[in-house]
Amino acid sequence: MAQLSDLEYLKLSKGKKFGYRLGHFFTGIPKGIGRFFLKIWEGLKKCGAAVGREAADIVNTFVHGDWKTKLSYLVMGFGCLARGQILRGILFLLFEVVFIGYMILSGGYWLSMLPSLGKTGPSKEYNELLDVYVTKYNDNSFQILLYGVLTIFFIIAFIYTWRLNIRQNKIAEKILASGKKLKSGKEDLRSIVDDQFHKTLLALPMTGIIVFTLLPILFMVLVAFTNYDGTHNGYTNSLFTWVGLDNFNTMLSWSGGAGGTQSYAATFGEVLLWTLIWAFFATFTNYFLGMFVAMAINKKGIRFKKGWRTILVLTIAIPQFISLLYVSKMFAKNGIINGFLMDMGWITQAIDFFGDASRPWLARITVIVINIWIGIPYLMLITTGILMNIPADLYESAKIDGASGWKQYTKITLPYMLFVTGPYLLTSFTGNMNNFNVIYLLTGGAPTNAAASSASGSVGYTDLLITWLFKITTGAESQYYMASVIGILVFVVVALVSLIVYNVMPSTRNEEDFR
Amino acid sequence: MSEATAKRHMGLKASRAVTNTAIHILLIVISIIWLIPFVCIVLQSFRVENSGQVGYVLPKVWGTDNYSNLFQTDFPRWYTNTFVAALITAVLQTVIVLCMSYTLSRFRFKMRQPLMRFMLILGMFPGMLTMIILYRVLKDLGMTQANATPGLILVYIASSGMGYYVSKGFFDTIPTSLDEAARIDGATRAQILYKIILPLSKPIVIYTILTAFMGPWGDYVFARYIAFGASAGKNVAVGLYDWLSKDQISNNYTMFCAGGVLVALPVTVLFMFLQKYYVEGVTGGAVKG
Repeated sequence: MAQLSDLEYLKLSKGKKFGYRLGHFFTGIPKGIGRFFLKIWEGLKKCGAAVGREAADIVNTFVHGDWKTKLSYLVMGFGCLARGQILRGILFLLFEVVFIGYMILSGGYWLSMLPSLGKTGPSKEYNELLDVYVTKYNDNSFQILLYGVLTIFFIIAFIYTWRLNIRQNKIAEKILASGKKLKSGKEDLRSIVDDQFHKTLLALPMTGIIVFTLLPILFMVLVAFTNYDGTHNGYTNSLFTWVGLDNFNTMLSWSGGAGGTQSYAATFGEVLLWTLIWAFFATFTNYFLGMFVAMAINKKGIRFKKGWRTILVLTIAIPQFISLLYVSKMFAKNGIINGFLMDMGWITQAIDFFGDASRPWLARITVIVINIWIGIPYLMLITTGILMNIPADLYESAKIDGASGWKQYTKITLPYMLFVTGPYLLTSFTGNMNNFNVIYLLTGGAPTNAAASSASGSVGYTDLLITWLFKITTGAESQYYMASVIGILVFVVVALVSLIVYNVMPSTRNEEDFR
Repeated sequence: MSEATAKRHMGLKASRAVTNTAIHILLIVISIIWLIPFVCIVLQSFRVENSGQVGYVLPKVWGTDNYSNLFQTDFPRWYTNTFVAALITAVLQTVIVLCMSYTLSRFRFKMRQPLMRFMLILGMFPGMLTMIILYRVLKDLGMTQANATPGLILVYIASSGMGYYVSKGFFDTIPTSLDEAARIDGATRAQILYKIILPLSKPIVIYTILTAFMGPWGDYVFARYIAFGASAGKNVAVGLYDWLSKDQISNNYTMFCAGGVLVALPVTVLFMFLQKYYVEGVTGGAVKG
């Protein structure tokens, strides 16, 4: 594809510009991949150089340092203590004591068990006193995996702190050599609310994120490489262990399951396709209709503007599960909608909106329509503010030039809106891909896809990847490893979509259009 | 006179009047469509003659039996669980979100960009996946089933730092010259936050509290996972969901409606009072992303 100059690019029509960017994105993929690996290689080189520098610095500090510094290599914080920085010294020393104690008492055990995830499972032992067999629990694969990962985290933290302790010594020596005074404990405390204030503020939130998000996600990524499920829960029934890439092979294999059912790969493909279709329609129907409602309310000469808005906004306040569950029952076979339609004489037989497996698209379209009902108030709110920000003189000059209402919309309103809300559309698209509540509370995935049911958790035609994942973990077999595989694939899809959209989005190139 | 010529004869004003009337009618229709489910739910909560699902809306026999029956069930317990969780979450989550967003908006430190990128990537993983392990860990800590509420609160607030986008967008709009002036006067960074920035940030603080308070009322997945079938540990979403399951719906449908009304009431009233701040937060922050 030919590379255009900036001037030529600007001459293109809107559609051609988009096509140009899209084409360039795809033709640029090989180059991009090459650049990606080049970047990794450069990053590795940089990393290596940094490690080398650090090592050299550590050795240098040792060779040139005084005896206080040298002893600090073994007893962390000794240099600080000897130089009068009691607070820092005690903290360093305390950390070392805790670390060594932990490694001896339990860390070593977890680490040594990590490669096998436990050796002896629960066993039956004969109890002579009671004359019965008692189950004895031994290793716990779940804890081994969890604490193994935690121990690795801890070791990394220790190495970092040890390095910090050495750097502290070097800096302290330098300061003392230049004849200045070291910071006292009081000054250290003051820096917590002053020049180190950002670390204080971030401490609590980041701890929460690391412990409750990062660690669990790492753990679940590792689970995808094990056979952890309901029958191998690692403690009470049977240990689980590493299985390599087996689960990914199952997920991506095309061979069918027992009883003439589909393969995992076919089911995954189907669900993924529907997930993408759903995300697309859920995002854009809401976006355009929400914008339309906002424009209708904004229009000159419309009365009770505030009243209309309040009615719509109030529906946001009602917890979604109530409205979703209630609406799903309204569409039930004996629900209000069918009752109304039959009273009117428009239909003679109740329509089974969510249960008819022979008409999966009926359920799918109904879900998208109900989602419009859910989403419009929110989109109306967001777009109202932006619409009011469009400079009025743009419209006035357009009117003088004789532009029709439609022309004004496509040439002024829409480009402006797309430009400003581009990032929002992206997050809303990926958010809809993972929109568990709407699907699960409305249909629960129904109607059931009989052919796909071998893939555990019984998949339905309106199931998204995320609801499928949930069903697997709560199903009879609880194949957690399969849920993890799906989770990882969801991540890959979301990351890919974000990458593509980010490269094609006008906001990244036409930044000056509306300045 | 044909329609086309009639249109031509009407002035600009008249044609605008026609479109405006059409829009007014459209808005009335939209309002009706949006309000119908809520009107229905209120009406059906007063239906006495049949506790199951029926094809008509207006009750034949009116009464408050459904509301009084609620107190024979575990509903008050679920309600308390949710209310406590919402209250505590509203306070702690606000503190955490404000810490995070203020830092990322105001300070320039080496790890800032990597940190934001790290959280962006972390957010691409489906959070639901973490439930499997969190359930086992919380179970070991005794915070599941009947004791689910503390565990649930922990899960709600622990990762709330990831939702810093909206308030960061707000803090970005407060001019930094204020900070600099205070620095010259000798204020520490902590004092700048408490004495200058927070008083200016009332709208976003209220917005954060409101959304944090509303979150637990609607949460279904995590609540169900952690309660694990124990009725005493359920929140309203899980409890009411079960009333609509196949074997219970014929008895509990109207009670679901009554429960739904009671759940929606406090949130809606609060929302009505604070609507202004919500609109401000959504329109100001959501777009900057």
